[in-house]
Amino acid sequence: MMTNSNQRVTQGQFSFLPDLTDTQITAQLEYALKKGWAIGIEYTDDPHPRNTYWEMFGNPLFDLRDPAGILMEINSCRKTFPSHYIRVTAFDATRGVESPTMSYIVNRPAKEPGFGLVRQEVDNRSIRYTVHSYATDKPEGERY
Amino acid sequence: MSNDAMTSDDKQITDGKKRYASGVLKYKQMGYWQPDYVPKDTDLIALFRITPQEGVPADECAAAVAGESSTATWTVVWTDRLTACELYRAKAYRVDPVPNTGPGTKTEQQYFAYIAYDLDLFEPGSIANMTASIIGNVFGFKAVKALRLEDMRIPVAYLKTFQGPATGIVVERERLDKFGRPLLGATTKPKLGLSGRNYGRVVYEALKGGLDFVKDDENINSQPFMHWRDRFLYCMEAVNRASAATGEVKGHYLNVTAGTMDEMIARAEFAKSLGSIIIMIDLVIGYTAIQTMAVWARKNDMILHLHRAGNSTYSRQKNHGMNFRVICKWMRMAGVDHIHAGTVVGKLEGDPLMIKGFYDTLRETHTPQSLETGLFFEQDWASLNKVMPVASGGIHAGQMHQLLTYLGDDVVLQFGGGTIGHPQGIQAGATANRVALEAMVLARNEGRDIWNEGPQILRDAAKWCTPLKQALDVWGDVTFNYESTDTADYAPTATASV
Repeated sequence: MMTNSNQRVTQGQFSFLPDLTDTQITAQLEYALKKGWAIGIEYTDDPHPRNTYWEMFGNPLFDLRDPAGILMEINSCRKTFPSHYIRVTAFDATRGVESPTMSYIVNRPAKEPGFGLVRQEVDNRSIRYTVHSYATDKPEGERY
Repeated sequence: MSNDAMTSDDKQITDGKKRYASGVLKYKQMGYWQPDYVPKDTDLIALFRITPQEGVPADECAAAVAGESSTATWTVVWTDRLTACELYRAKAYRVDPVPNTGPGTKTEQQYFAYIAYDLDLFEPGSIANMTASIIGNVFGFKAVKALRLEDMRIPVAYLKTFQGPATGIVVERERLDKFGRPLLGATTKPKLGLSGRNYGRVVYEALKGGLDFVKDDENINSQPFMHWRDRFLYCMEAVNRASAATGEVKGHYLNVTAGTMDEMIARAEFAKSLGSIIIMIDLVIGYTAIQTMAVWARKNDMILHLHRAGNSTYSRQKNHGMNFRVICKWMRMAGVDHIHAGTVVGKLEGDPLMIKGFYDTLRETHTPQSLETGLFFEQDWASLNKVMPVASGGIHAGQMHQLLTYLGDDVVLQFGGGTIGHPQGIQAGATANRVALEAMVLARNEGRDIWNEGPQILRDAAKWCTPLKQALDVWGDVTFNYESTDTADYAPTATASV
């Protein structure tokens, strides 16, 4: 069990809030679309803070400008991977940004075991730290 | 503008024999006043606020500033004739009275003087060299009673000789994996006296509770109560524990400021060996030291935080010194990733429009002229990375709607007292801030009018978040409403008369 204040992985923009409803997600999608950003849906069962490349549930939806259509994609991803972490990322292609501008979790496993900290004591009092995701002790696809 | 205080009848002396006869000439006569000069794209332009000494006309005063910040000395020297001196002379080309100064106002007459400098006057990639001219001897020059550097237009050609921010906003966010909201930080308090072990406790609690960063204060280096290695070791234990507890990338700005360059590099290397993602320096270490650390940071994948310790000694008073927007420009060139740039609503100096000018200077790829925010020149940033502004000093969760409205997403909001002083502890304080922030971003994105509905949005979130409720109960009504000392002087038209 995780011991932080909300006992869950707190990556993303809105992890400290109650889980977003579909209506709330739609409003966030509208915000991104209005800004001209493209939406990507990604999932993983390895929530390590430095696991950058979650699997893409298809390419970013550059040409889908309808929030209802995007929400259908999100729900289809949830149906396929009900116990995975799923995040919605918005990509801004403007010069000087060309990077994600939003990222929030819309699905997560019922139980989040969290992470351990592996300490390797080295010279003097220095320690090399490794954050270890308990879930990844099991193979991909069998973790939650 | 044929006003005695404005102009003198002195003309540039063009006859070589007369011009270079031994003796003393007016600066206008020497050629430092060129009202017809059209600045080149490659010129560096400085805008000074000048207060002339009694009896010195404004254009002569501007010419004197141009002269003393470039080639002139107090008397004529024949050795000028061995050089392309016309090129190297800085050219004062425009003088405007500052609105709301002079007879009938509280302030003695001041002028805005525009001075153009040829690019060849400056060594590539050296803030130290540029500033030795622009804010060198000239600030002690007797012909001006007071002098303030208000703004600069840096030519693209010169910007391209600077590395710029080691990391930049975009890459910092990618490394942290944090997008679409301001980052949250806190400065460890008390700033002096904690042992390394106790200090790390504050860091751990704040990060685990929901902050992204904790920060050393500017004057915590290596003192009898806590030597730097102890602080670094305990802070990194705290950072890594908090990262494991939350699944997020976390950081602590380890202040590597020290008495010598060698010692700063040694501390930075130790921070790197411990896996820190960010280090910190103070503005007081000087321009060359800052540039050196920025090069080191780029080479070592380190985010470089700058605390602006000392700036108010020369940036706060309106008639003398320099405007903070110029520091912002120089620090973007020098290569820092973070700089404290005001909060608007907190305990430190900051007029909303002035702060917007600072933030735009740090974060935009291109800024148009904007007199109301104090930007006198259009500035192309030539793809130099963006600097993340840091808002710190007397801010709390109850102001979240104002902070988000004024400062936007690309900013680190630092709640030191507002985290550590929470009645239920540091973790609760951090959680309150993070919940307030996320609730406000969510509401803004939904299209709600957070400026007016902000307090209600916070109260609604406090219904299910006790730490936020407690924070609002303690600090909800705390404000710092003082008159700003540094505001824009502009009239709706660019050249104003008094």
